[in-house]
Amino acid sequence: MDLHTVDEWVDARTADAWRPGDAWVAGGTALFSAPGTHLRRLRDLGETGWEPLVEHADGRLEIAATCTVARVAAHPVPLFGQCCRAFLASFKIWNMATVGGNLCAALPAGPMIALTAALDGECLLLAPDGGARTLPVTGFVVGDGRNALREGELLRSITLPAPPARTAFRQASLSTLGRSAALLVGTRAADGTTTVTITAATPRPHRLEFPAPPGAVELREAVEATVEHWFDDLHGHPAWRRHLTLRFAEEIREELT
Amino acid sequence: MTYSVEVNGVPHTAEPRPGQCLRTYLRERSCFGVKKGCDSGDCGACTVHVDGVPVHSCLYPAVRAGGRAVTTVEGLARDGELHPVQQRFLDAQGFQCGFCTAGFVMTTAALDAGQLADLPQALKGNLCRCTGYRAIEDAVRGVTTVEPACPGRVVGASVAAPAGPEVVTGTARYTLDVDVPDVLHMTLLRSPHAHARVVAIDIADALGVPGVQAVFTHHDAPQRRFSSGRHENPDDDPADTRVLDDVVRHIGQRVAAVVADTEGAAEEGCRRVRVTYEVLPAVTDPEEAMGPDAPLVHGTGNVVGEVHGEVGDVESGFAEAAAVYEGTFHTPRVQHASLETHGAIGWLEPDGSLVVRTSTQVPFLTRRALCDLFDLPPASVRVVAGRVGGGFGGKQEMLVEDVVTLAVLALRRPVRLEFTRAEQFVGATMRHPFTVGVTVGARADGTLTAIQVRAVSDTGAYGNHGSAVMFHAVAESLAVYRCAHKKADGFAVHTHTVPSGAFRGYGLGQVTFAVESAIDELARTLGLDPLAVRERNILRAGDPLVAPAGHDDDLHIASYGLDQCLDVVRAAAAEPVGPVPEGWLVGSGSALSMIATGPPGGHTADAVARLLPDGAIELAVGTAEFGNGTTTVHRQIAADALGTLPERITVRQSDTDLVGHDTGAFGSTGTVVAGRATLRAAHALAAGLRMLAAEHLGVDERECALVVDAVQAGDRQILLKELHQLAGRDVVAHGTFGGTPRSVAFNVQWFRVAVDPGTGEIRILRSVHAADAGRVLNPLQCRGQVEGGVAQALGAAQFEQVRLDGAGRVTTTAFREYRLPAFADVPRTEVHFVDTTDAIGPLGAKSMSESPFNPVAPALANALRDATGIRFTDLPLARDTVWLALDAR
Repeated sequence: MDLHTVDEWVDARTADAWRPGDAWVAGGTALFSAPGTHLRRLRDLGETGWEPLVEHADGRLEIAATCTVARVAAHPVPLFGQCCRAFLASFKIWNMATVGGNLCAALPAGPMIALTAALDGECLLLAPDGGARTLPVTGFVVGDGRNALREGELLRSITLPAPPARTAFRQASLSTLGRSAALLVGTRAADGTTTVTITAATPRPHRLEFPAPPGAVELREAVEATVEHWFDDLHGHPAWRRHLTLRFAEEIREELT
Repeated sequence: MTYSVEVNGVPHTAEPRPGQCLRTYLRERSCFGVKKGCDSGDCGACTVHVDGVPVHSCLYPAVRAGGRAVTTVEGLARDGELHPVQQRFLDAQGFQCGFCTAGFVMTTAALDAGQLADLPQALKGNLCRCTGYRAIEDAVRGVTTVEPACPGRVVGASVAAPAGPEVVTGTARYTLDVDVPDVLHMTLLRSPHAHARVVAIDIADALGVPGVQAVFTHHDAPQRRFSSGRHENPDDDPADTRVLDDVVRHIGQRVAAVVADTEGAAEEGCRRVRVTYEVLPAVTDPEEAMGPDAPLVHGTGNVVGEVHGEVGDVESGFAEAAAVYEGTFHTPRVQHASLETHGAIGWLEPDGSLVVRTSTQVPFLTRRALCDLFDLPPASVRVVAGRVGGGFGGKQEMLVEDVVTLAVLALRRPVRLEFTRAEQFVGATMRHPFTVGVTVGARADGTLTAIQVRAVSDTGAYGNHGSAVMFHAVAESLAVYRCAHKKADGFAVHTHTVPSGAFRGYGLGQVTFAVESAIDELARTLGLDPLAVRERNILRAGDPLVAPAGHDDDLHIASYGLDQCLDVVRAAAAEPVGPVPEGWLVGSGSALSMIATGPPGGHTADAVARLLPDGAIELAVGTAEFGNGTTTVHRQIAADALGTLPERITVRQSDTDLVGHDTGAFGSTGTVVAGRATLRAAHALAAGLRMLAAEHLGVDERECALVVDAVQAGDRQILLKELHQLAGRDVVAHGTFGGTPRSVAFNVQWFRVAVDPGTGEIRILRSVHAADAGRVLNPLQCRGQVEGGVAQALGAAQFEQVRLDGAGRVTTTAFREYRLPAFADVPRTEVHFVDTTDAIGPLGAKSMSESPFNPVAPALANALRDATGIRFTDLPLARDTVWLALDAR
């Protein structure tokens, strides 16, 4: 939709100091989907020229914040495509929407959050003063619609370590292909290290790590101990979400064991 | 660097605004095929290609399009040849209202082979509210379903909708698809309080915003009250609404209207209006609102309409029953969600007369209301609808035309107002939420002994349609069963919430959900087959129609096909169950419904048929086209009456300048009422043309027959254009129909479902719908009406719910919060038309637009009951709800 309060569109590379009413715009699909009457100036990341996906020699994958979902969907690791298809939005939105935008929106159902949290992603944040810091994805998304960005700070990239040997994916929604009510990803490394990442059912992502594949009871207890509260909104009753999470966690455990 | 974007091969260099989305940039350049549906990226109606890549232009920053090439639906055809996808959408008639079609066409044109193999995923970003997606899938897959027309046999053929070529090329003109020079933009300030008195409004700051031309408040509005609900008889709805009021009765009620040179300035003006409210006590629950100490929404009691009646004596009926079932059922608020929002644009002609172009189902009744409200003579007001982007009852209301007229008359300049998608949820109307207590009793053999209903509807802050919906709700739903003892009590109740209004089915669906669930449960209690219990008790041909709250003398069973409908379902139920996922529960269920083929109290339609100088025929009707397909049917009716082909007939419509009167496109009257007027006008024109021809050929009139473009008498003929020359004028004939007497139509829905006890998912394994539509004038279109009705009802049955918080504020204000059925959500429904011919309807036809909706939710609930053993009494039957109930067993 038109953002009538915006009176300036500036190139992020040359923009002057951050000021109130500023916002970074990458794909624009979140900013332009809701009235943002607080917005005055959009700092365009579209001209940064950041390489969308950089595969490092050690197997790490650096995903630019401006990398589109469409680029992620084309990645050969199956989990990438599975997470993209968990978007409520269609492939047309994937052509514009970005990984960074999905993380910054910080919605519980954000599937790029699920992907990057499950794969132990690390966010690189750039401060207006030129400083930088890193946070794990599970520390970047801190609640429903809340992220760890400070005023003027920018999410530059998310770096994933070398991919695990195996992954497992489960998702459910109130409607077929609808917005996720529970989205879980499991991973198992060659050394047996096993993780289960819970998203959508909880206000923020939770990543559970086990040095060896857990037993059913161990996993269930770990989930119950980790999740402090189950997300309650119109996309699913919290008790149902808890049930789906426990069910999917067990299915993932069985698949990876 | 200067801005330049190539749109359909044409460079444009005007700089977009910094926060502008590409859609409005394109529409400002007259690419009106690019539609605003949701404005938030959910519906896909604005899909365009940027450098060949499909995107939603409502989310695409217009600035970013600089240096790129944009293709809109208008640019898809090349060298006068339709794009293959456009042709396929014509061949399969993959549209109804057509507002979503450009988006579907642009999306489909961009799909690769892999995506075509997974349409649920590929099309999840496109919403259609009308079709139920079967016709769209046929179009995408290149299936041809449309039939050519043969002279004399046009009625009964699946001929194409006349607007098809415009719809698929994006050139069909909907309400706001017009360039009106110097138009001003209106934005509405809405109440944050459920109930308050406006003590003061300070508009000084707002007027100071550059570009703001005026701010209208209750001080500027007529004192006179009206009802937004429109009926032929204005007394059907209470006059309780002001254009702008000094009392607000729901969160979202309009308080002020700001008019400015741009939308942005109008919005800023709204933010600068300072309103001082005296907050008053509010009530948001209808049962509480009926209590003695409840705050009053209007001066009188909160019950705006009541229906009470009893035939026989239900107590004695229950006393003789072997089993009695009693239950209470709830249906939530549902939104019509037509993809085109409410909107209007008004201006003054040089002679001072007012023109309002609006998205309405009722142009004539809107003119009547505007004339009453502003003391204008009807001759100086013209209300016209372009193509309307979906209605479903929501546009049987005057929600924008009044305030636009206020501004046009005050400013003497063109003014436009377009509801946002959020405003559709907070400031338009809803399907009435109902609570229905139902008690049914039967003897051991299943014979009904008594049926009793107590229904309470929440009509919200205003009384539009409140009483009429309640009266209808407890009529056909109870009359469809033979039963000696029937009782109904209905209360339409005001609360301080967003108003309810007319919605497809007009109350019947809500009570049918309760009654059909109760009959099903009663049969189970008696150990009987629910379908057999229905068959034992249904109304039969020749029976009187007995509703507890009274009967309209003009309503008859003028054709009867309910027995055949049940036969269809029985046959389907007897067929073997296909594969079922392991561990899932399987069940099946059905429900039936009856509907009068028009509203009570009269429904008038005028039609004018005219021979034009070139020998073509022009048909003018008052009724509106919003995807219901009546234009197609009117052309078919006229074509056969005039011995010609549909393409020789041009239909003009929904314009108060065209014909004397038309009550409107509601109550499923487009075919049975306006169609009959068309038939009469066409017959009269045919008679006139035969008479003229006989005179000039020197033969007896009875020897003359109309053929394509000519009148024949034996081996002689005279061309129609010659006839026009000989007559020296347009030959004109009129037809009219008063909408009475009326018949009844029937629908039966059956589902077989599988239910995953682990997640609550309901998978529809098979969906069968049997319809008694009388003689079906256009099978393809009528099938589309049924499919669309089933799909919309499946939305209401499974997902849709307009939610309010404790204060009465609507919290679901976008499609991502209010789930419309998408391609993946709608199964194919097998549609069966039974063999009847109605004695009243034109050429034997009956209505079939609202009614397919009504039996769907109870059929699904009954199938779910069969599968799970649990009776669900509240809609929607959402996965979490289903799982919670299964888990609690």
